[in-house]
Amino acid sequence: MKNEFQVIADLIEKDKKVLDVGCADGTLMKFLKDNKNINIRGLEISKEKVQECIAKGLTVIEGNAEKDLKQFPDKSFDYVVLSQTLQAFLSPELVLDELLRVGKKAIVTIPNFGYWKVRFHLLFKGTMPITKTLPDEWYNTPNLHMCTIKDFFHFVKSKDITIFKSLALNNLNKSIINESNLGVKNLFADLGIFLIEK
Amino acid sequence: MNTEKNIKTLIVKKPLKLDCGKTIKDFPIAYETYGSLNSKKDNAILVFHALTGDQFVTGINPVTKKEGWWSYAVGPDKAIDTNKYFIICSNVIGGCMGSHGPSHKGPDQKIFGTNFPVITINDMVNAQYNLLDHFGIDKLFSITGGSMGGMQVLQFISNFPDKSKTVIPIATTSSHSAQNIAFNELGRQAITADSNWKEGNYTSNDTNPGKGLAVARMAAHITYLSKKGLQEKFGRKLQEREDLKFGFDADFQIESYLRYQGSVFVDRFDANSYLYITRAMDYFDLAKQFNGNLSEAFINTKAKFFIISFTSDWLYPTQENKDIVIALNSIGADVGFVEIESDKGHDSFLLDVPDFLSALKNFLDKSYEEN
Repeated sequence: MKNEFQVIADLIEKDKKVLDVGCADGTLMKFLKDNKNINIRGLEISKEKVQECIAKGLTVIEGNAEKDLKQFPDKSFDYVVLSQTLQAFLSPELVLDELLRVGKKAIVTIPNFGYWKVRFHLLFKGTMPITKTLPDEWYNTPNLHMCTIKDFFHFVKSKDITIFKSLALNNLNKSIINESNLGVKNLFADLGIFLIEK
Repeated sequence: MNTEKNIKTLIVKKPLKLDCGKTIKDFPIAYETYGSLNSKKDNAILVFHALTGDQFVTGINPVTKKEGWWSYAVGPDKAIDTNKYFIICSNVIGGCMGSHGPSHKGPDQKIFGTNFPVITINDMVNAQYNLLDHFGIDKLFSITGGSMGGMQVLQFISNFPDKSKTVIPIATTSSHSAQNIAFNELGRQAITADSNWKEGNYTSNDTNPGKGLAVARMAAHITYLSKKGLQEKFGRKLQEREDLKFGFDADFQIESYLRYQGSVFVDRFDANSYLYITRAMDYFDLAKQFNGNLSEAFINTKAKFFIISFTSDWLYPTQENKDIVIALNSIGADVGFVEIESDKGHDSFLLDVPDFLSALKNFLDKSYEEN
């Protein structure tokens, strides 16, 4: 399991009810179910991935987060997880609002466009950055709204969303992001992980 | 057509009050089982059949001598594995494969015909519930069925919320749409317009309203397929001829195919049963039973739901299946949903659609492991 999922799992207490939005093949769901006795549900747009989840015995709903989150009642999950998908929505702001409506808390991770390798790639190569967390070409990337850790940090603050924890991840190194180190983390982390609430 | 000795029958002694107000008692339910019930009695699956199905789910149907209607899904090592599970299926009341229906004789020794009471999906599942007592099963492992079978699944878990661990409605709806009712009415009109129908009082096979019933079946059969599926299978191909004949014989393969479907159906199905069962489907509106709130139908159940629809099913389209998912999610029920890619239309659930069969198998087997 990738390090990001381990960090997410560490943020969630045992026996909680969790919705994994864009749960893909259910790797994180399975881990949470088996190791933390989580009552876990998934929402996934890809039919193939839904089948993989079913084969793992996971409860998953085929659907699109931009349309299908509205069927869940307010605060019906303890946590709603969104891993590296926010930037792929037509309207990330509306999805974020929905995550925070459905979940008592939300865990959102974003690939950091402010990461130094991304900046170097654009600066010196002059082409759209391709990194481990951003593997696609400009013409086939699902990502519509890339942002940096700094952008996201400021965005949630401006929406009066409470940040419980913000973590920077660079390969296996996990560190805490705060107001004072934001510039540095925005340069050296390729992934930001945010535990938020509204 | 129901006098064969291969039909197992349970006589329900307990009176059953029907939605129409009448009460029936000492009535037969014809059933079949596959696999064996384990000692814990926790491996039973109740399968509900669709409009023209019967209790003979898999293997050779002893009456029609044809493959059972769900042979692709049910059998040893198949999606619904008869090596693991004990499968029970019964003919719905109103049907014509041995259960209490319009082709049976009433107390006056006359065939019921249209004197048979109008029955509902609710009546069907209340009648079938008696099978649990018969087999001494306290709780089923699963209930499943497609189309009208799916309606019975929804009604069953609503009526008996703690009687099944898992619930699998397939290609179905919680409320028959105007389009569904319209197609059923077309079929009923075809039957009642046949002069042999005689207000339902036809008696023997040589005078039955077979032409009307065949037309009903032909019209319905089109609704079970998709435009793409029909086009790919038949296109404009001609039936055993080089060119058009400038007449009204079956020039096209699709015409010949539909005529064949109509004619074989007449051999195995009773026209009055067709009227009664389509009526039951049209009357089905689960939300209406709960003042318009479908979620209320499931509020008392802790069962795990898995709902399946098909991309090319325009009779019970994905959105109608999703409405059930939405109703369940709004009360925090445990519900999974998948739409299977298939160009085989509504009939997809009866056919060899590997993604469907593997999803069904994985859901059942994984849920049973967690038992």
